[in-house]
Amino acid sequence: MMTVGCLMRKTALWVAIAVVMPVALSAQALEINISYIRQKVDRPPVLSNLDPIPEDDGQAGAIVGHADNATTGRFLNQDYRLSFFEMDDTGAVTPVDGATTPQTPGDLVLMDAPAAYLLAFADRPENAGKLIFNVARGDAALRDTECRANVLHTAVSDAMRSDALAQFLVLRRWSKLVMIEGRRPADKAFADAIRNSAAKFRLKIVATKEWVSDADLRRTASSELPPFTQDFPKHDVLIVADETDDFARYLPYNTWQPRPVVGSAGLLPTAWSSAVESWGAAQLQSRFEESAGRDMRPLDYAAWAAIRSIGEAVTRLNSANAGDVRAFILSDAFELSGFKGRKLSFRNWNGQMRQVVHLVHPRAVVANAPLPGFLHRVTELDTLGLDEPESKCAAFAE
Amino acid sequence: MKKHTIAAGVLGACLVSVNPALGGEMWVSNEKDHTVSVIDTKTMEVKATYNVGLRPRGITFAKDYSVLYICASDDDTVEVLDPDTGLVINRLPSGEDPEQFALHPNNKHLYIANEEDALATVLDVANGDAIAEIDVGIEPEGMAVSPDGAIAVVTSETTNMVHWINTAEQQIFHNTLVAQRPRHAEFSESGDRLWVSSEIGGTIAVIDTATQEVLHEMRMQVPGISDDLVQPVGIRLTFDGTKAFVALGPSNHVAVVDQQTYEVLEYILVGRRVWHLEFDEGDKHIYSTNGVSGDVTVIDVDKMQPIKTIKVGRFPWGAAFRPG
Repeated sequence: MMTVGCLMRKTALWVAIAVVMPVALSAQALEINISYIRQKVDRPPVLSNLDPIPEDDGQAGAIVGHADNATTGRFLNQDYRLSFFEMDDTGAVTPVDGATTPQTPGDLVLMDAPAAYLLAFADRPENAGKLIFNVARGDAALRDTECRANVLHTAVSDAMRSDALAQFLVLRRWSKLVMIEGRRPADKAFADAIRNSAAKFRLKIVATKEWVSDADLRRTASSELPPFTQDFPKHDVLIVADETDDFARYLPYNTWQPRPVVGSAGLLPTAWSSAVESWGAAQLQSRFEESAGRDMRPLDYAAWAAIRSIGEAVTRLNSANAGDVRAFILSDAFELSGFKGRKLSFRNWNGQMRQVVHLVHPRAVVANAPLPGFLHRVTELDTLGLDEPESKCAAFAE
Repeated sequence: MKKHTIAAGVLGACLVSVNPALGGEMWVSNEKDHTVSVIDTKTMEVKATYNVGLRPRGITFAKDYSVLYICASDDDTVEVLDPDTGLVINRLPSGEDPEQFALHPNNKHLYIANEEDALATVLDVANGDAIAEIDVGIEPEGMAVSPDGAIAVVTSETTNMVHWINTAEQQIFHNTLVAQRPRHAEFSESGDRLWVSSEIGGTIAVIDTATQEVLHEMRMQVPGISDDLVQPVGIRLTFDGTKAFVALGPSNHVAVVDQQTYEVLEYILVGRRVWHLEFDEGDKHIYSTNGVSGDVTVIDVDKMQPIKTIKVGRFPWGAAFRPG
């Protein structure tokens, strides 16, 4: 593997490895080591005490995906191992439980870390031969100018979510929008994604306001939000970009004009929700609930999908080599059943996993994007997010 | 014992008891109504609706048609229903979440897929004993027993395998990998071929029973419909070995395939999200259960054309035919 790094952008080499490696396998069980690396981040304080983020967010999804793989592996003499690592703010990676796990991550990695740390890890020369799944971050740049050949994304991008929302608004003919955005970087990123989607789908954002109040909205939402929204021009729907889940939850029913709220509250575009139950999803939800003792969240889903993508490649290839797995996942032969009604696959030009985005409120799925009528020459799933012609990602080119 | 109700309306209660001269009956399980609908295949009208256990999905008749077995998935039981009275006369322990099953030709052993437990349970219907529990892949669903009774197969939706079970020893002797989310398996009349549908893979695999190797894989493409919405589920093969009918899920079509050449002969528009299929007497018609639209489409097998849509309960799932 040591020579792979400098040549990694050549697809031909990945293929060559795929041909050579299986020969070396013995009759022993094939061991597949998957590492889950997480950097704990300090989350900004939020107003509501409802909906705390579970400590095992993401990891619990990996554990269920691992159990699914292990069952298949039992029939194929394949032995899956999953180990957990933490990354500190210097980027150093250490095992969560040093006594029982390998000391360093293997070549198949799931990562939940901010974009800068993810990229720094991917760019280290010793990690060039690793296959890294971004399970947590929706950043536009990671799929575009800052894409990396050794990084795939099972996390849905911000742009896919905002496009899903835009398609829904077009279908409903709610084309006149106003937006409230928070002040944190994640809020701004999602607001930018919404602006791009509005342009792409020809929706009109007639006014935007920034939420600056630091009052405790649990007491004052009903008195503060109606006047805050009073000067908005006539609109069909209010979009809110509040990715830290701070103030958006207080907007529905507290707007001056009686209009639906969408975005970070009201109707949410999301990769997963406990409201998803069609397409066999009820079975994944119940497997997850039994394993983790709580509802499955989008980060859990992305981790599950990454582990299952690896498992699917290993099942078909009988190889756990990161190069083989990468080549197979990006090939036309790869498809994964992901309980979303359409098969999952990866965009072989930027590594993003194609997936349905659900539009939900807490008690039901309202619609599933791509919505009917949004067509694409490759697959309707590519109407969501950055498309190949607009992409500046070159790392995946031959 | 649950009460039974008789569909009000068109037919009076005096006509509900089965008169063999009237022809056969198509029984349909309604997943979200906890009922089964009985369609008179001569008049093509619903003549009765009976309350059954929670979330009925797979249904099949005993070989002598004396009783109907029903997977009551959310009750974790197999119900035994007297088709002459519509009364549930027994409940058999099925293991957790039974979804589909197949009755062995010996008329005694039910092979049950326990979807949530990654198990197949073999149930003796005479005394309700589980005579074997077999570990299979995640989310077992499709179940079939070969015509000679020697082999049972179960498909696991998330493990993407066909597990081959030797019915003498109740043990897996082979696993065949197929495309994503295999949902249904169907032996040919002679037993030498097994047809398996992969819902998310969008393919049908035809497997040689002797070698358990995939002989042929075909992909369905319905004109004008996105490929990833063409999701094969139920399969039925005509007795004479000529045609295969494949329910294509949310593409809302049933494909007709030549059993010998694997050529697609026709795509037939039916109701929404078509699940399963069943022939009536002599393979003259085939009935499709259309989950989302809550109805059943009757298709003329020779002409390969839909001839009638019949409203049944909510989310019709399985179908089983009883001759008159």
